[in-house]
Amino acid sequence: MSVYLLRRFAMMLVTFFGITLVVFTMTRVIPADPARAAAGVGASPQTVAMIRHELGLDRPLLTQYLFYMRDLSRGSLGKSVYSRKPVTTEVLRYLPATIELAMTSFLVLCLVGIPLGILAATHRGHAVDVVTRIAAVGSTALPIFWLALILQFIFFYHLHWFPIIGRSGGIALRPEHITGFYVFDALITWNWPALVDTLRHMFLPLVTLVASRLAVVVRLTRVCVLEVLSEDYVRTARAKGVPNSRIVYKHVLRNAAGPIVTELGMQLAWMLGGSAVAEAIFVWPGLAYFALLGMASVDYNVIMAFTLVFALIFLLSNLLVDVICALLNPKIRLE
Amino acid sequence: MMPLLRIVARWTLASRMRLCTVVFVVFILAIVAFGPLLSPYSTTAINASERFLRPSWSHPFGTDEMGRDIITRVLAGARLSVLISASVLSVTLIVGVVVGGVAGFYGGLVDLVVMRITEIFLTFPTLVLAMALAASLGPSLGSMILALSIAWWASYARLLRAKVIELREEQYVEAARALGMSSWRVLFRHILPNALGPLVVRITNDFGGVILFSTVLGFLGLGPQPPTPEWGLMVATASRYLAITPSYALFSGSALFITVLAFALLGDEVYESYRSTTRRD
Repeated sequence: MSVYLLRRFAMMLVTFFGITLVVFTMTRVIPADPARAAAGVGASPQTVAMIRHELGLDRPLLTQYLFYMRDLSRGSLGKSVYSRKPVTTEVLRYLPATIELAMTSFLVLCLVGIPLGILAATHRGHAVDVVTRIAAVGSTALPIFWLALILQFIFFYHLHWFPIIGRSGGIALRPEHITGFYVFDALITWNWPALVDTLRHMFLPLVTLVASRLAVVVRLTRVCVLEVLSEDYVRTARAKGVPNSRIVYKHVLRNAAGPIVTELGMQLAWMLGGSAVAEAIFVWPGLAYFALLGMASVDYNVIMAFTLVFALIFLLSNLLVDVICALLNPKIRLE
Repeated sequence: MMPLLRIVARWTLASRMRLCTVVFVVFILAIVAFGPLLSPYSTTAINASERFLRPSWSHPFGTDEMGRDIITRVLAGARLSVLISASVLSVTLIVGVVVGGVAGFYGGLVDLVVMRITEIFLTFPTLVLAMALAASLGPSLGSMILALSIAWWASYARLLRAKVIELREEQYVEAARALGMSSWRVLFRHILPNALGPLVVRITNDFGGVILFSTVLGFLGLGPQPPTPEWGLMVATASRYLAITPSYALFSGSALFITVLAFALLGDEVYESYRSTTRRD
C-alpha cells in the first residue's frame, strides 16, 4: 500500500513539474507585453525597458523559469505586476473562500447525487430514472452563468430571499478570522448570526453549482451500479434467494464504489471550473474572482498562480481518489 | 457524396426520436445560415432613442441598452458560436490526428514523451486552462479559439493514439506497409477511415460543449469584446439590466440553451447508436 502511494505521489510531483513548464511557457510566450501593460498607456520606451528589467523579463526564458522554480520551492509565487504585492499572500487570502464554496458544493452534489443514482439504477424505468435522464441531457446544455442569473432573478429580484453578492452581509456579521473558512469559523466560535448569514450567502452559488451537475452525477452513478448489477455473482446471489436490499448494499455498492469514486474525481475538475464562473457572478471573493481582476490587466504572475493552484487542487484530489480506490479495492494496491 | 448522404438518411430515419433530433439540428443550422438575412436591423448600430423597448412586432425580443434589436444580435450570435465551435474542433482534430498518429506509429520513446505531455494537458481542469490562456493571449475572438483548442486537443490525441495502436496490427495495415506505403499515407488512407466511428461520436458530443465553454469565456470578458454579438457577452450585459428588462437575459440565454441542447441531443443519439452497433459485433 505504502509503495503504491509513494509511486502515485512521485508521479504527481512529475506531473506538477510538467504543469509549471506548460503554465510558464503559456504566460511568457505571448503577444501581450506585461511590461508595457504595467507601464501604462503612453509610457516612454525607457520606462518600459526599466520595468522589464525590474520584473526580470529581459533575462533569457530558461533563467526566468529557473528563478521562478527557485521562488516556488520557497513558497513564493512572485509579485503582482500591478499591486506589487506578493501573490502568495493574496492567494492565501482568497483561497479559503474558493475551497469553502467548491468543496461544500461538491459534498452536497455527492450526498444528493449518489443516492439518487443508486435509486435510478435499482428502479430502472421508474420516475427517478426517466426524470434524471431528461435532466442529464438538459443540464449538459444549460450554461451555468445563465442558470445563476435565473436563480438570481427568482430568489433575489423577485422573492428577496437570498443575497447575491459576496460571502457575508458586513463586518459585523463576519465570524472572527481563524481559518478563513467562514462556516467553520462561525461554528467553532458559536457565532449563530454569522453562521446563518454565511449560509444564506452561500446558498445561491451552491445551488447553481449543484443543480448544473446533479443529473450528470446521478447518471454516472447509475451506470456504475448497473454495470455491477449485471455481473454473474449478483445473479448467483439472487438465485440463492438473498434479499434485494442485501444484494444492493453488500454486493453491488461495494464493487461499484471504486468506479463511482473515479468518475466523481473527474467531476471535480468540472466543479473547479464551474466555481470559477460562480465566483465571478456572485462576486464571491475567491481565487478565481481575484484572478479575473488580474486577467483584465495581463498580470502574468497572478494568472500563473491561479492556474497552478487550481491544477494542484485537482492533482491532490486525484491522489485522494487513488487512495480511496486502493482502500476499496485490494486488487489495485497489490498490483 | 451520394453514398454518405444515403447513410445519413438511413441513420436518421431509423427512429422517430432520431428524426426529431436531426430536424431540430437542421433547423438550428438553417438559422445559422440564413437567420441574419431575415433581419432588417444592424447588429452594431447604436440607436439612442430606442433603448430597452419591450418585445413587439417590429422588435420580437425587444431592444438592448444601446437600442439595438436583440433578435438580430441573437441570430448573429448563433452564427458566431457555431463558427467558433467548428474552428476549435477543426484545430483540435488536426492536432489530435498528428500527435496521436505520431505517438501511436513510432511508439517507444517518442510515444512516451508525447503522451506524458498530453497527460499534463489532461490534468488541467479544461475551463481553468482555457481561462488562463485566453487571459494571457489578451481577450479577442482569435485568442478565445486558440485557448479553447489548446485546452481541448489532448483527449483527441489520446483517442487517436489508442486507435492507431489498435489498428496497427491489422492485416490490411501490415499489407499496406509491406507494399511500401509511407507512414502518413497508411495513417490517412487506412487507419483514419477506420477510426471514423469514435471520432464522429466525439465531435458530435463536443460540439455543444465547445459552444458552452466559449460562451463562458465570453461571459467572463475573456473572448471577443463589445460590440461583437457573442452570446456570453450578451448575457453578461443583460445581467446588468436584470432588474429593468429580464427578457434580454431570458432571450439571449434561451437561444444559447436551445442551440446547445440540439447538439447535445444529436451527440447523445449518435453515441447510443454507435454503442449499440459496436456491442453487436
